Amino acid sequence: MRRYAIIGSGPAGIAAAQAIRSQDERAELLLISDDPHGYYSRPGLAYYLTGELPESMLFPFTEQELRLLGVRFLRARARSIDAPAHQIELEGGSRQAYDRLLIASGAQAAPIDYPGGELQGVVKLDCLEDARRILKLARKAKAAVVLGGGITALEIVEGLVSRGVKTHYLLRGDRYWSNVLDETESKIVGHRLVEEGVRLHYHTQVEQILGKGGRVVGVRIQDGRQIACDLVAVAIGIRPRVELAQRSEITIERGILVNEYMETSAPDVYAAGDVAQVYDPFTGKSVLDSLWGPARAQGHTAGMNMSGQHIPYLKPVAFNVTRLANLTTTIIGRVGGGRDPDLLGIARGDSEIWRQLPDAIAAQSDFNVNHLRLLVGEQTLLGAVVMGDQTLSQAIQHMVARQADIRPVRQQLLQPKAPLAEIIAQFWTQWKKNDNAQQP
Amino acid sequence: MNLKRLIKQEKTRRQALVQGYVVPETARCVQCGICSYYCPINIDVRRHAWLGEPVKDSHCLTCGECVARCPRGVLRFERTNLFELDQGGE
Repeated sequence: MRRYAIIGSGPAGIAAAQAIRSQDERAELLLISDDPHGYYSRPGLAYYLTGELPESMLFPFTEQELRLLGVRFLRARARSIDAPAHQIELEGGSRQAYDRLLIASGAQAAPIDYPGGELQGVVKLDCLEDARRILKLARKAKAAVVLGGGITALEIVEGLVSRGVKTHYLLRGDRYWSNVLDETESKIVGHRLVEEGVRLHYHTQVEQILGKGGRVVGVRIQDGRQIACDLVAVAIGIRPRVELAQRSEITIERGILVNEYMETSAPDVYAAGDVAQVYDPFTGKSVLDSLWGPARAQGHTAGMNMSGQHIPYLKPVAFNVTRLANLTTTIIGRVGGGRDPDLLGIARGDSEIWRQLPDAIAAQSDFNVNHLRLLVGEQTLLGAVVMGDQTLSQAIQHMVARQADIRPVRQQLLQPKAPLAEIIAQFWTQWKKNDNAQQP
Repeated sequence: MNLKRLIKQEKTRRQALVQGYVVPETARCVQCGICSYYCPINIDVRRHAWLGEPVKDSHCLTCGECVARCPRGVLRFERTNLFELDQGGE
């Protein structure tokens, strides 16, 4: 009987457990996690914060269902891996043996390095415990300051606003998420935040978080002014949790490097999800992302391969659907580049791919709050941002992923004020018909 | 504006009621559970999304609550074949 160990209880870990069980009925499955709540929807925390979801709904599987999967849960933190001996050393000194091991330990918030970062009332949003803490503080807080960028910062902002907390959102630059969104898109988000009642401060940098009696009472910004608040939330990006691999001499770069079979440099040790740095065939680089879908798919592939299959993971076009200032937004493929002064590296719900600015011309059109931006390459669409109306997002996602030849409409798309949505909708209908006809 | 939206929602609802079922696009789903939470008859729509299966539960009212609430556009109505002829073969 083979003994499989999985470190991490997120979607990659759970998908791997399901895949292993589908291949090996008798497998012994051990899932080691330091999150006391096990498997839950991390992205769902955004809706828990706004009050749209109760906490109990964050858990996709009941305890009984997890028991049926035959997984033994061990709440512990792994300290190191002795790959030649096939053993994991846990904090506290005990050891667990394995035949195959998956590291799916995810990522965590980049450390808060502002003076005053240790004060009570300074929060991040990594896990359910963090969300609980934010809600507890929000009950009494009169004002909050949110720092950082990407999706997580906005999740916290929207959560606090919906709980009636006066919320200041501080951005270092002149716009939100500047290396993924373009100016128009950032402006749309900014306007909507202000409409929701958010106090938006551009070109504002925190020098120090101020405290009294160990608790946050405000922040001091670069020009010496102070903003009073009882809560400071920081979302300046995430870092893959690579320390375990580092201590175990497994090859890492920004994340744990894996090949297309999700194998690390150590024999019988695999990695998947936010912690893994995965080869991307579109760009030829190994990249990080922090997306639910790929984490699940990587976990599945790892699980299959751990139990004897030999299936490559083909990284799909990076895409995510999210809500930015209450506007559904889909980000597909390569859309931006450069550095965002509010983020160190990537954030949650984010992909390094989005910053690989393509050799493409941007075409865009707006109507009301709906916005569509297409990155038009020589022959294909390389990326897109779809804000508001999502009718076309699935079509565009497929066209980018399948590298649909758009030459028949390329010139039309690049005309000034071209009706992009119409052109794409018509082209998609035709393309899909032809594509279906070509399928065996 | 609100009235217009209400009428539109109601129209979509009624159309859906007779024409189709809810189909998930798994790749978009983050298992947040909003769909299941707001289902008036407690169908676990989220599970369908995880498994990539359409909600063919005979109890589904196709009320559209899950489709409208999903923050990530995972769910959509798909026509059942039965009515395709009535739609002029669309």
